[in-house]
Amino acid sequence: MNLNTLWEYANPKKFIQTTDRVLPWVAGLAALTLGAGLVWGFFFTPDDYRQGSTVKIIYLHVPSALMAINAWLMMLITSLVWIVRRHHVSALAARAAAPVGLVMTLIALLTGAIWGQPMWGTWWAWDPRLTSFLILFLFYLGYIALWAAIENDDTAADLTSILCLVGSVFALLSRYAVNFWNQGLHQGASLSVAPGERMAMTFKLPLYVSMAGFVLLFVALVLMRTRTEIRARRLRVLIARQRMEHA
Amino acid sequence: MPDLGKYADAVLSAYALSVVLIVALIVVSVLRSNRMRTDLQTIEKKLKTDG
Amino acid sequence: MRAGGGFGLGLSFFLIVVVLVPFSVGPQNALLAEIAPGVLWLGALLACLLSLDRIFALDWEDGSLDLLATSPLPMEAIVSVKALAHWLTTGLPLVLAAPVLGLLLSLPQEGYRWVIISLFLGTPALSVIGTFGAALTVGLKRGGLLLSLLVLPLYVPTLIFGAEVARRGAEGLAVTTPLLLLAGITCGTIALLPFASAAVLRVNLR
Repeated sequence: MNLNTLWEYANPKKFIQTTDRVLPWVAGLAALTLGAGLVWGFFFTPDDYRQGSTVKIIYLHVPSALMAINAWLMMLITSLVWIVRRHHVSALAARAAAPVGLVMTLIALLTGAIWGQPMWGTWWAWDPRLTSFLILFLFYLGYIALWAAIENDDTAADLTSILCLVGSVFALLSRYAVNFWNQGLHQGASLSVAPGERMAMTFKLPLYVSMAGFVLLFVALVLMRTRTEIRARRLRVLIARQRMEHA
Repeated sequence: MPDLGKYADAVLSAYALSVVLIVALIVVSVLRSNRMRTDLQTIEKKLKTDG
Repeated sequence: MRAGGGFGLGLSFFLIVVVLVPFSVGPQNALLAEIAPGVLWLGALLACLLSLDRIFALDWEDGSLDLLATSPLPMEAIVSVKALAHWLTTGLPLVLAAPVLGLLLSLPQEGYRWVIISLFLGTPALSVIGTFGAALTVGLKRGGLLLSLLVLPLYVPTLIFGAEVARRGAEGLAVTTPLLLLAGITCGTIALLPFASAAVLRVNLR
């Protein structure tokens, strides 16, 4: 696709028109893929010889963790696009993605805790990966709270974009800091189960389907929520104009 | 229903929690989307008749 | 430039937090000695947080922030000076008070040096990061709680490396690596974050 046509979708009207046609397909495909991946994973995969049936949690845990990070990455990119090119759709897409990312982080944390209980004998350990996700969760909360606190749309878009940029740097720093800090405590004895290590195809294939399902679900939700944010913004503008006329 | 053995509670609760969270997210998003669409239509119609 | 008052408030808060710790975990000296470096760091961090919303509040209310913005001084310099003022009135007193409060927590003898050094190196980063948070929330009514929610996750790396230096120092272990990383974070935030704070302040003054 050539870049000029890509920027056309930055026009809110054009975006709504296009997604009118695209969204039902994406949503349908997401439902199909996610359903297939989870049903396959839950009903038709064998138990692991070491982890028993808990291995089935991987079809939720890994894709949600993946999307938790990718959602933040998407927010970082759309924030940059807003700062550089000032397309409203871009800023609103970042706003729309944040709650989705928050829920994905929550799912990753919860399924991780439920998986950790029988495998490690504890719901929670201050393992670097777990800790990083908890910190990511806090970053999402702060970002969403800042959007909610500011009334002027453009000011909110500017401030949250800069927060997203600065937050990304500090999230990366925290990741390294947490790695360092935990090694300091446990001398490198990590509890993490490395996924993907010598994983058989019978586990891998449904995992890939489930990952695709989560990606499509994310895309469908962000498209829909961006449309909502565009309409909400227009609604605020209209109400403000009306008030001015009647005043 | 597959035989989940002694880990049935863990696997079932993980799936139940995740499905509940995802469904809740979808429901909230759809409801807000519909409400915003009707609100916007109402006010646009009103503006058209006013002006 | 005014720092916005509350000079003794942070110090008093630091003292109270440290006094409350034995009440909550019990009066065993061995336990207190073990957690003392971490408690001192956490107490200093929270005391620092307490005074952040005053960095710009007074100047915002009486309009002198708009005046500063139109002055020939670049915004980056203004936020840096504001951060420095916050550190001088809040961070530095906390560093100086930490050894006295260490006595209350029976901090091990070797710990004093490293608690002071780590706080001295780390609190400037806390002030600079806090100034960024204060700039984000400057125009908001009741922005205090939001400010904490925004700033605390950003404090994580500084807290980890700072407390690590203090803890290792107190246990008599090597501190070079976390000390260098802490210094790196402080230098990095002082050098780069004022640009973000200035950008945010310009948006809020628009």
